[in-house]
Formats: sequence, structure tokens, C-alpha cells
Amino acid sequence: MARQEKKKDVVIVGLGWTGSIAGIELAQEGLDIVALERGHDQDTVPNFEYPQQIDELKYGVRLKMMQKPSQQTVTVRRNDGETALPYRSLGSFLPGNGVGGAGTHWNGLNWRPQEVELKLRSHVRDNWGEQIIPEGMNLRDYPVSYDELEPFFTQFEKVAGISGYAGNLNGEIREGGNPFEGWRSEDFPMPPLPTTYDSAKFQEAAKAMGYHPFPASAGIASTAYVNPYGMQMGPCNFCGFCERYGCYQYSKSSPQTAILGALKRMPNFEYRTGSEVLRVELAEDGKTATGVTYWDEAAQEEVFQPADIVILSSYQLNNVHLMLLSGLGEAYNPLTGEGTLGKNYAYQMNGGVSMFFKDAEFNPFVGHGANGMVIDDFSISQNDFGAEGFIGGSYWRAGTFNGQPIRNMPLPKGTPSWGAGWKEGIGEWYGHAMSIGSHGSHMSYANNHLDLDPTYTDRHGRPLMRMTFNWQDNDLKMNQFMKSKMEPLAASMNPDIMQAGFKNIGAQYDVRPYQTTHNTGGHIMAENAREGAVNRYSQTFKAHNVFAMGAGNFVQNTQYNPTGLVGGLAYHTVHAIRTQYLSNPRPLV
Amino acid sequence: MKTFLRIIGGLAVLGVIALLAFIFVPVQISKPAQELAADWQPEPGQGEYVMHASDCVACHTAEGGEPLAGGRAIASPMGTIWSTNITPDAETGIGEWSYDEFRAAMVDGIAKGGTHLYPAMPYENYRLMKEEDIRALYDYLMAEVEPVKNEVQETQLKFPFNLRFGIRAWNWLALTHDAGFNPVGTSDLQDRGQYLVEGPGHCAACHSPRTPFMSQDGVTADEDSFLAGGVIDGWNAPALRGEDSAPQQWSVEQLAAYLATGRNAHSTANGEMGLVVEHSLQYLTDEDNLAMAAFLKGMDGAEVEAPETFAAKGVGAIEIAGADDAGEATASMLTEANPDMPLGARLYSDNCIGCHFASGKGAAEIFPELQDNHMVTGSETKPLISVILNGAEVPGTAKRPMTLRMQGYADRMSDEEVAELASWLRKAWGNDAGQVSAAEVAAVRNADASH
Repeated sequence: MARQEKKKDVVIVGLGWTGSIAGIELAQEGLDIVALERGHDQDTVPNFEYPQQIDELKYGVRLKMMQKPSQQTVTVRRNDGETALPYRSLGSFLPGNGVGGAGTHWNGLNWRPQEVELKLRSHVRDNWGEQIIPEGMNLRDYPVSYDELEPFFTQFEKVAGISGYAGNLNGEIREGGNPFEGWRSEDFPMPPLPTTYDSAKFQEAAKAMGYHPFPASAGIASTAYVNPYGMQMGPCNFCGFCERYGCYQYSKSSPQTAILGALKRMPNFEYRTGSEVLRVELAEDGKTATGVTYWDEAAQEEVFQPADIVILSSYQLNNVHLMLLSGLGEAYNPLTGEGTLGKNYAYQMNGGVSMFFKDAEFNPFVGHGANGMVIDDFSISQNDFGAEGFIGGSYWRAGTFNGQPIRNMPLPKGTPSWGAGWKEGIGEWYGHAMSIGSHGSHMSYANNHLDLDPTYTDRHGRPLMRMTFNWQDNDLKMNQFMKSKMEPLAASMNPDIMQAGFKNIGAQYDVRPYQTTHNTGGHIMAENAREGAVNRYSQTFKAHNVFAMGAGNFVQNTQYNPTGLVGGLAYHTVHAIRTQYLSNPRPLV
Repeated sequence: MKTFLRIIGGLAVLGVIALLAFIFVPVQISKPAQELAADWQPEPGQGEYVMHASDCVACHTAEGGEPLAGGRAIASPMGTIWSTNITPDAETGIGEWSYDEFRAAMVDGIAKGGTHLYPAMPYENYRLMKEEDIRALYDYLMAEVEPVKNEVQETQLKFPFNLRFGIRAWNWLALTHDAGFNPVGTSDLQDRGQYLVEGPGHCAACHSPRTPFMSQDGVTADEDSFLAGGVIDGWNAPALRGEDSAPQQWSVEQLAAYLATGRNAHSTANGEMGLVVEHSLQYLTDEDNLAMAAFLKGMDGAEVEAPETFAAKGVGAIEIAGADDAGEATASMLTEANPDMPLGARLYSDNCIGCHFASGKGAAEIFPELQDNHMVTGSETKPLISVILNGAEVPGTAKRPMTLRMQGYADRMSDEEVAELASWLRKAWGNDAGQVSAAEVAAVRNADASH
């Protein structure tokens, strides 16, 4: 018999970015709120203290901030013909653990999607016709537009403290910014950070080729900063420890720097760590949720937490898993196209070119996760899908980041990976390498989906979630297109050695090497319950008092890092809850 | 001879009588400074507000203990004084105290039963409080605070300080000022600030110098020594007047922000001042923090212009200040980073520059300036050494909820290195203060270890 806690107005599942946003915005309504966090508590003080925090072996290699597979993981296969096996050693993606979640250990690359990315099916149909959409691709429009989300992107960027330079200010294109970005109602909250030598080199070469370089949009403070909640950031010192670490300098946008201190002061908010939600409980008629059941790690027992509103704000994979386990929708069937949960799982298609210059000193230890100059000349809005034979695009960036000694020693191909030859290679090339990265979109496909594994269970006896995922030709073609465009640019910089790394047609998904923690989809937004799990307000079609936040809402992944869209959607959702739902709880669509 | 003996005997008898009288004759209790109407009632919340303004919690709450239930050890030059339980518990608190007895404690330093309080209780300052505030505080403590049964450790000082009647003589020296408040009358705002600073805020308890008898040298605004700077337990409580003082260097807005949030464009509050912010000032209204700032600014006669608000939320980006003329040479040396630069500068580059920058200007509201920072250049070196060794923390406050923490470097630097760094800081960017020795560092490190 589960212990039962006192009923709350709102229960929040997971205290990362979206949980913190929901917490503070709904607490301002006077609601009585509890957030349940599976992991431990952590804050800038005392957890991220210098110099203990910048321990690459502990955090970078041994992944101290990440979820332990023994705690929770998925099984993975590439297609329906394979048997999925558990992801026992973190590689391809790194779900976080503890208060702050992925918002604590990210790199700080904060982007808005382009207008056309949110209406991509319409964009394709209007320009080239639907016949160019490959079979098996579930290309869709988002049920919200850029214009509707713009105030909420702005709000999130103010809270998170984003540095950059607007290229499109209310429709006016500004020299030095990104001419291809969606319009901004205001300039960035902070000016852009200075960039490093490799960025300057890239900028010069890109300009010479007629491209439009601009400083990356960074969730890294360039100045002292005070956000709308009174929370603060301090200017970044370019120490180079962002991704996989908490920031000791108060410089990286995170729930800790932007929200939690203010939220914890609110008397109507509490949070419990070591509290892993096992399922959302539905009322007998299945039309609303009554609360959640969680595992209290300290007491070693199940607890029922009743609540009027349930906010699912855990990591995308965990959100989908919880929804599948709780019956918050029907599981997606890729053969029939019926069902919505687990549908449109997507990822990211990345590549890049490394260059070695005998005579250049790049000081790769100087940098931050969102350092660098970027071009969007091959972004989704700029590509002729009909002519090139793919749907998608990417942004390119050059700028040293995470230049830590163990994992960041790029060497020319053919250099021995150990021993005297390796040492010689390091001696010759350390500090002389730079790279350009292509960060590309990933579409959604029938093949790529999430469901419950028939074989493996977690420590609570629940079926693990199964990921079926493989690279698809469309995105691989996009990647090869980027290679064909990037190599001439790299060559124009006259490196002594240059080598490209772009997956080619036929590449198979390999879960072992790290790629990106941009797992998206699975509880996608849609106009109706047949096509998606949640509506435009992230409200589940199944139970109107359950809201599912985060990248699980993405109908296909954009070419950018997901946080900006996640944050914008979260503010859009809590705004709808505050202005429409609380006064009259009901399906909002 | 007989006559002489008689005189001596008579004098001895008189002396004994005088001493007995000094010890046993009840002292005069001050009358209320104002008479309150018989039906006077405090405004709702007034008493709690006075409690915050008077910072009762900071002293009358033990580490991890119930608020106001006493038991905090307060270090004094005479020995450790244990704060008392001021919850209305009848047995261990002040539940049995009448209002007149309470007022006597606040104004004359005399507890129920006639015992003299040690002047760790700042009755020198509370004496200046308005009758209605003392009364509101009493009503609050009696009616709105839950009684907590907490027998606190009895204060046992060494001879002669254990003879509490001796304080009677001390009071003759210390309580030369009348009870009640006398406004200077510059403006309503400054008068309000003066009241809070002089009375409930008891700022002079730390920021005024002490006489040779350890009483406050400067209790009211009409004294030149008022808030001219003091030393408490090896920490400088900087002067709040004079050309180089923060109130003269900072704007009223910055002063108010410092009081309310523990941080401003220049500096951050830590140590004792951090506790004052945490337990008292952050709970005051914006108007009152502005009033205190305005009073301090105008104390030396400056024209005062007070802004409407301060420390607004959402102010956004605050530009980083570059080195000024006085700091330029140091900043250039650090930027060039020649390996031949002095050890102190190298230690600064390795450990401090990431937040405080080559300019020594830090970043507004988050990383304090080290140039012209009174803690860096103070006559007392213990605070600077302590911050380098142990770090510092600024509590989160209502307007600035972020807890700011500087980490300590005790594990990373030897006593010699800390001394080199501290000495260098005291001369960098135009700072001009004396050297710090390794022995001084060792003393702070060892004192920390023995705590």
C-alpha cells in the first residue's frame, strides 16, 4: 500500500528547465506546488565549486552528472527486424540526473528555430510539392507558428540570459547578425561574447566566400546580468568546462542561475529529491489524472502524490516512457501509423571538417560551450530541397569549446592512438587544430520510434523503453551536401592537413560514440489526437490536466540545439495554463 | 590620633555603605520618551517589522536553533556571552516580563529582577528607539511569537566581568545620552534613515569606534565620531563617513542595494554584515533602505538625491568596467602576463582573475571590486586572509535570490603564498595598505582549524 501525501494543486515531474519554469510561473499564481526530482539536489553552491568541478576524469569521462544506466536506460535497435539490447554504457546521448537536469550540463547553445522549420510540411508543399517527401518520412507542421511563439522565445531568453547580436530586429536585417533568423522583437539580453582565433579565421574565410557569419547565440554570460526573477549571472572567463559540468562561475544559463534560487524562496513551492515518478495515475474514466505515484528513495517505498495538475517535465526519453507506462495515449504503430506515443522520435545529423595548421596557435583550452562564429547560409530556409534531393539543413560553427586535455586532442588521421607515435603527434599538433562543425536537422520517420521493450525491465519492474532508430537517406544526403560545401571553404583557409567527418549514405546508427543529447519527439504536438499526443499547449489529448513539456513535443527535430524551442514552448504552455486553463480546466483545443 | 582613626573609620563605613548602595540600591529606570495613549495599539505587522529592523534574530538565535530562542555564543573582549531566549516562554524566556521591564532592558540594559545586561545587548542604541516601536516589539514578542522552552547556557565571564553590578558604573560612561530620538531635520527621508541607523539598526555598535572603556564612541548623528569606523573581533567595520567611505563613494541607490540585497555595483556583504542583510535589512521596505542610504550619504553634509527604487528585477546586462587610471598599470601587467611578474600577481592570475579580472573591478552585483575595497585594504588583515582561505558567501535575498559563494583556497595555497597574494592585493590598482605576513595567515588558518 503506497503512502499518500497531502494533495497539491500541481505536481511537477522533473526539476530541470521546464519544471523550473512551470514551478515559478505557476507559483506566482499562488498554487501549491511540489516538484519531484529523481536525482540529487545540486546548486552552484556548493556542488559546482571551483576547482573540484573542473575534473575532466570525473565529469567528462566518468559522467558523474549523468543518469546511471542501472537507474534508468533504454534498449536500442536500428529497425524492427533487430532485437533491442539495453544501452548499458552511456555513449551516443547523455541524459542528465539531478536538479537542473540537462539544463545544468549543457553547452549553452541557445537557438530559435527558423519560421519555416515550424511549418516545414507547408514550406515543402508550397515550394516543391508534397511528392518530394520521401516515403516513410512523417513530415509535419508544428501546431504553433513562430509569430505565436516569439514573445515566449524572448521571455525565455531574458530569463536564461542569452548573449548574441540580433540579425533580424523586427524585420530589419542588421549587418553582423544572422540575416536568416526569425524576427526578434528585442535584441539579445546580453551582447555577444568575444570569440577566439579559430572563429576569426572562419569568419574571414566565410565572408570571402560571400557567406554571412555572425556570433553564436550563447547561453553564456558576456556581462554581469540580472534576470526578471532577480537571478544573476557573472561574465564567463572562457575556462572551457561547459558540457558535462555545472558552471562554477554563474556564467552558464541553467535552472540554477536563472530560476531555482528565486523559486525556492516561494513558500507555496517545495521539491523532493530522490523521488522517481513511476507512473501518472488516471481517474476511473481515464479523462483526467489524479496524481502520480513515485518511488521515495530515502524511505524505499511507493508514494502517491495527488494533484489537480500534472506537469511532465522530465527528460524527453523519460517523459515518453512515463506516458507509455501510464496509458497517456496509444502507443504508435509504425505499420499502421495508428497511435501517437513514441511517434516521430528524432535526433540530429552532424558532421564537420578538422584542419591542422603548422603555424597557427589556437589555444584550444580557451573557450566555452557556445563559443564561435556561425553561418546559416545552408540552413533550412536557404536550401533548395527540390534541386538538392533532401529536406533539411544545418548551421556551421567554428569556435573552440570544451578544450579539455583528456578528450580533446585532435590529431591527423593515421597518427598512432597510443605510445611514442601518439606523443610525437601531440607534440607536433596540439594547439594547431581547429574545426568547423555542421549541426543538422533530423526529420521524423516511421522507422524511428519509441515503445515498451518486451524483454527488459528496470529496477522497479517496469518495462524499459525501446528505441528503434537508424539514419535515413534524406538526412545523410543533407550531410553529404554539407560536406560538399564545407570542404571548399575549409580548403580556402589553406590548412596543412584537413579531414572531413560526415556520415555517408548507408551509415548505420552506432550507439557507442557520443553524438548529441538532442533526443526529440515521442509525445509530439499536433492539431488533433489522431496525429499527436499533445496539443499546441503541450496538453495531453488523453487527460486535460496533464501537460508534457520538453523536446518530446518536437514533431521533427530542427537544425538547431533544442533548448531555445523547449524554453519557448514551456513559457507558451504556462502562459496558457495561467490565462486559460486555471479559470476553467478543460481541453484547451 | 583618635580623631584620625575616627575619620578613617567613618570613611570606611561610608565606603561600605556606598558600595552596598552601588550594588543593591535599584538603579533609576528611564521613563518612556513619549507617552502613548491608553488605547494605543501597534499597526498590524509593526512589531514584527521592528523586530527585523532591530536584527533581534541574528543574536537571539542559535546556529540551527528556533528563531529568537537564544543560545548563540557572542564573542566579546571579556569572554563569550550567550544570548538569551526572548520568546514568551514563562520559564526560560520573557513570558513573565511586564512591558516596563521589557522597556528597561531595551533602554537601560536592566533585565527583569534588576540584573544588568552585558552591553552585547545594544541598549546604548535601542535607547534611541521610539516608545511606540518598543511597545510594538513587546506586543509582537509576547503575542505573535510561539513560546519556545530553551534553557540557554548561562554567561560566565571571568573576574571582574562576572560582577554584573560593575556595569552600573560602565553605564554612567556609556549612557550619557537621553532616551528617545532627536531628528536632525534635513528631510523626512533622512530623518527616517537616521532613526533606523541610530536606533533599531544599531549600526554604531560596529561602525563607531570604542572608547578605552569599550563603550561606543559616537552613538548619535551629532557626534563626529559617529560611524567613523570600528573593529569587531579582528574585522573592520568600515567608516561610514569621510571622503573615502562607501557612502561618499557610492550613490544612494547603490547603498540601498547593498543594504537590501548584500550586493551592488561595487561590493558584496559578507561576514557580520552578511548576517545583518540576511536577518534584518532584506526584510525592510524599499523606502526604509533608501532612507538609511540617504541619511548615510548626507551625514557629512552632501546633497542627497534619492531614487524612487533600486535593485529592480530584470535590469538585464550590466557592462563590465575596465581598469581606471589608478588601476591601469596593474591591469596591463596582468594582461601581459610576463612570467617575471611578482608571485602575488601570478597567484592572482592563477586563482582570482577569472572573476575579479585584470582590472580588479569584478562584475557588478556578483564579483566584488578589489580596488578600493575596504576589506582588502583595511587596518585588520584577518578578513582578507579569511576570505582567501575560506571563501565568502552572500546570502540570497528577496530582490536578489541568488546565493553567491566564493570558494576558499586554503587547500591550494600555503601561508606564504596567501601572504604574498594578500600583500600584493593591498598594493594593486592603487590600493595602498601594508604587508601581510605568513605568520598572520597561519594565525587565521590555525584559529579556523581550532573552531
